[in-house]
Order: sequence, then structure tokens, then C-alpha cells
Amino acid sequence: MTTATFESGSQSGVKRFLGRTLPYVLLVLSISPIVLGYAWLIIATFSYRTEGLFPIDAAGNIGGWTLSNWSFLTDPAIWRVTLNSFVLAVGMVIGVGFVSSMAAYSLSRMNFAGRKGFLSLTLLLHAFPSVTLLIAIFFVLNFLSKIPAIGAWFGYNTLGGVALVMISLDLPLGIWLMKGFFDNLSWDMERAALIDGASRFRVWWEIIIPLIKPGLAALAIFNFLSGWSAFLIPFTFTVGSKVANLPVYMRQMISDTAPTNWNMIAAVGMFQLIPVLIFFIFTQEMLLSVYAGGSKGGT
Amino acid sequence: MAEAVMGRKVIRGQKPPSRWAQFKATMGAWGFMGPATVLVLVFFFLPVVILFVISLTDLSSSNFSDPLTFVGLNNYVRLFRDRFFPKILGNTFFYVAVTLSCFNVGMALLLALLTTHINRRAGFFFRLIWLLPRITPSVIYILMWRRISHQPPFGLINQLLAPFGVEPQYWLFEQPWLFVILVNGFVGASFGLILFSSAIEAIPRDLITAAKVDGASTWQSIRDIVLPMIRWPLLFVTTYQTLSLLTSFEYILLLTEGGPGLYTTEVWALTAYKRALKTYFGHNQWGYGAAWGFVLVIIGIAMSIIYLRVFRFNELVQEPKIDVL
Repeated sequence: MTTATFESGSQSGVKRFLGRTLPYVLLVLSISPIVLGYAWLIIATFSYRTEGLFPIDAAGNIGGWTLSNWSFLTDPAIWRVTLNSFVLAVGMVIGVGFVSSMAAYSLSRMNFAGRKGFLSLTLLLHAFPSVTLLIAIFFVLNFLSKIPAIGAWFGYNTLGGVALVMISLDLPLGIWLMKGFFDNLSWDMERAALIDGASRFRVWWEIIIPLIKPGLAALAIFNFLSGWSAFLIPFTFTVGSKVANLPVYMRQMISDTAPTNWNMIAAVGMFQLIPVLIFFIFTQEMLLSVYAGGSKGGT
Repeated sequence: MAEAVMGRKVIRGQKPPSRWAQFKATMGAWGFMGPATVLVLVFFFLPVVILFVISLTDLSSSNFSDPLTFVGLNNYVRLFRDRFFPKILGNTFFYVAVTLSCFNVGMALLLALLTTHINRRAGFFFRLIWLLPRITPSVIYILMWRRISHQPPFGLINQLLAPFGVEPQYWLFEQPWLFVILVNGFVGASFGLILFSSAIEAIPRDLITAAKVDGASTWQSIRDIVLPMIRWPLLFVTTYQTLSLLTSFEYILLLTEGGPGLYTTEVWALTAYKRALKTYFGHNQWGYGAAWGFVLVIIGIAMSIIYLRVFRFNELVQEPKIDVL
């Protein structure tokens, strides 16, 4: 043991240097595909065409910077799909925020028959892989289409239907996150208001909701991003370009039979990435914690 | 349980609330729960039932308007007799096992150890970059990978490896599995990375310092201190990600659509989806696809229940702070 202590005390300079730098080298190597992918996207957006990471002009020489890929911005179609994406994202923010904070409040603060059952159910559904239900949800939406009035807004191939499905599938996560925020809240003010005779709903709306604004904001950003980037559910439950959102529109551009204009697609992708990157840069710590607690989506 | 409740009431000296008050409070609570309950019923419960019923029929786009014909368990028999069943099953095992061990757990653990070993801010920065694939919209993320693995002269890999004398090739076509695993692994690793690094940061520094003083090597302190201390997160990430990998197919759908060629990278979840909803020739076999899907639903329900029990999620279900007024 003494020899071991002696050894680690007199590490040679080279070994210590390696111990310091090796983690950085490995980490930089590990993120290289991500950095390369983003680098290509940015370069491709502003160039005529690319070979590897180099922009290439019409004559085949390196160079050829251009803004022509952004000409898609003058196409009215892009603004319609952008609006669709935006509506979906805002719908997710409002829908999940409202429904899950109501449910979470009552799960956190009230004692009622079925509370424990619903809470375990929320946890169960949180772990349950909801993508496996898409086939059956197709039939639910088809059925909703047949109901007058509701069908036109929330049926198959409508933005409302897609939003409703996405809101529902995100609810277990939303309820679970919000319940955590409610549980951490002191209940003195609430109790005082209740004793003064305020209704539960008034207490929830006027006292509790203002107190958990940070929690709601975290949930809102998470839901805005998942609504804005949603591909699978809009792709599955919409047909044609009228209700397509940005990711579905991009997918159509990629799989067109005509030769793919990669650089224009890159520009559309960059356009779509703007809000994502803004949130990424300004709300990093919150995103790290929500994605750890959230654990939903993707793999 | 009932006795415990009664005991508490006696200590507090409260009258038990009348039945009517209790009923009113429960109704009020369910008023708050209403929207969530309806949505959960319509989009979780109903679909499970529908999926099962449809899997017992031969419903497809050619007999959509006809009344349902029940064919018993025929779809399930057909599933196991499918010519490509062994291939798809093998693919699914391969995909889940390799992605999980190499990335979702393996890479995540390695990165967590590295990012907690270095300077705090630098570690945070690297974890953040690793979050990017998860946050990037899937279509754009796949676009990047397709260009990385594209054919010469466009592909990024070819350009990078050219100085080393590697033959340029269409990587995605030659090595589809490599990229299916990389694409999913780069998204999946961040989940474990975040959980593991916060667990590692929670380990008291003194423990590791004491071990170092006693002459433990870095490897020894990882094996004997860090790994045992984070065994719960490890177990949780492993089981949780097994289920997500088993049922996820979005990235494979976008990257290879199960190809190139016949069923090269087709996994179970993708088969269910394609059979039922996105067939090439517009002939959707809902009944048959539902049978594939329902098997996954059963696995999903079973595994979610196991999490509830093994990870004692029930303990998180605490009593509310304000009783019924």
C-alpha cells in the first residue's frame, strides 16, 4: 500500500498530462459526428452545392456561396406549413399545460376516491411506449371524423386531430412533472384562501398557477419543441400538403422522385431549427433537467 | 390501513367528514381530473381494446366498409409463419442489444464518467452538445446523417477518410446497420448520460479521495465505488431503454425504411407500422399489422408494471397535504 501511495504521488509529467487531456480528447471525438452534421447543414444552407464539407460552385471549384437556397421563403406553401407547425406547437403548450396542471393539482392536493389508482396509472402510462398504439388511434380518429361538428376539427387528416393525439400522449409526462412542482409548493397561502371560503378552482387559478410559473414555463418549452418538431404523428394521420407541418413537408421534399435539391432542403431545415436553437441556447439547464425527468420520446 | 387512518383521526380529534361532504369533494376533484381522464380513456384505453379487437379480424383497406369478419387468432399464426419472421425477430434483438449496450448504457456511462471527471463547466458543455441530437427535429437529424454517410463525392465520411486511403463508398448502403445503430445511439445516449452524471455527482467526494489516498487506481475506484453507488440508475436506464428501443422506429423509418433491399434493417415495431399504416401499394392490412402491434403492447404493459414494482414507483405516491375540506 505504501508503495502504491508513493507511486501515485510521483506521477511522471507525461502521465499526468495524459490523465488531464485524454478525457477531453475522447469527449471531443465523441461529439464529432454531431458537430460535423451541424457544420454541413450550415455550410450547405449558404452554398450552391457541397462535396463533403466543401462548398462547390457551378464550375466545380471550392466556393460558390449563395443565398438562393432561401428562395423557398417566397413560396406561399412554406408559410402555410410553418403556420401549421406553429399552431401545433402552441396547441401542445396550451393543451398539455392546462389539462396536466389541473389534473396534477388535484392529484397533489386533494384526497378523492381513485386518486392512488390514477397516480399509478399515470406512472404506468409514462413508462408505456405509446407509439405502439398509433394503429388503433387511426381508428379513433376515423371515428371522430364521422361525428358532425367535432369531425371537421379533430378527425383524421386535421390539425386538431393531430394536436389532440399529441396532447394525450404527452399527458402522463406532463401530469408527472407538474405534480412534482405542486408537491414542492408550500400550502399556507392556499389553505388560508380555502378557509376564507374561496373555491378550489379560484385557488388553483389565482394563487397556485402564478406560483408554479417556472414549472409551467419548463413544460411549455418542452411541449413547444415537441410540437414544432413532431414528425411521426402528423406524418401518420395527415394526407397531402394542406395540413402538413414543416417536418412532413421536408420529408416530402427528400423523398420526391425528382432529383433532390439537398441544399434547399438544408435551408428549410435551418429555417426550422431557428426556434429550436434559440431555446437550446437560452434554456440549457432547464432542458437538461426536463429531458432527464421526462425521459419520453425517441429512444 | 383502515385502522391506521382511524388512528390518525382520533389523534387529531377530528370528526370524520360526512358522506355527502366526501362525495362532493370527490366530485370536485374529478372535475379537475375530467379533461385528463377523458383524453387518457380515448387515446390510451380505447386504442388498446381496439387494437386487440382488430387483430382478431381480417380488416384491410380492401374490405374497409364491409362488416368486420373475425378470423380468431389467424393473424397471430400468420405472423409466426411469415417468411421473414425469423429475419425480423433477429433484427429486433440485434438492434436492441447492440444499441443498448454500446450507446444507451455503454456510451452514456463512459461519457458520464468523463464529463464528471473534468472541469465542471466543460463537463456541462459536453453533456449539452450530446443533448443536441435528441432536441434536433428528427427529419433534420436524419438529413445530417444521410449526408455524413452519403455516396462519393458528397459524403462526409469519405472525405474525412480519404487521406487514410479508405475506399470511398456509399456508407449507408454498404453498412446500413452501423448507421441505424449510430443514429439511434446518439439520440439514446443522452438520457443515460444525464441520469448517470447527476448520480455520480451525488457521490460524496471524500469516498473517492479516501480511495485515492489508499492507492486505488482510477479503474479501481470506478469499479468499487462509482458503479455500486449508481446501480439503481444503471438498472433503471437499462430496462427503460430496452422498452423504448423495442418500440421505437421513427429514426429507422426515416433513415432506411427497413431497407436497403428486403427487410435488411426492418424491426418488429416498424413491421407493425408499415403493414397497418404505410404500405407501398396502399393496401393497408390493419388486422395483420394490429397483431404485430398488439404483441408489443403486451410487452409494454408487462414491462411498465415491472418498473412500477421493481423501482417502487408507488412510494412516490405520497398523501396529499390538504385533506378534504
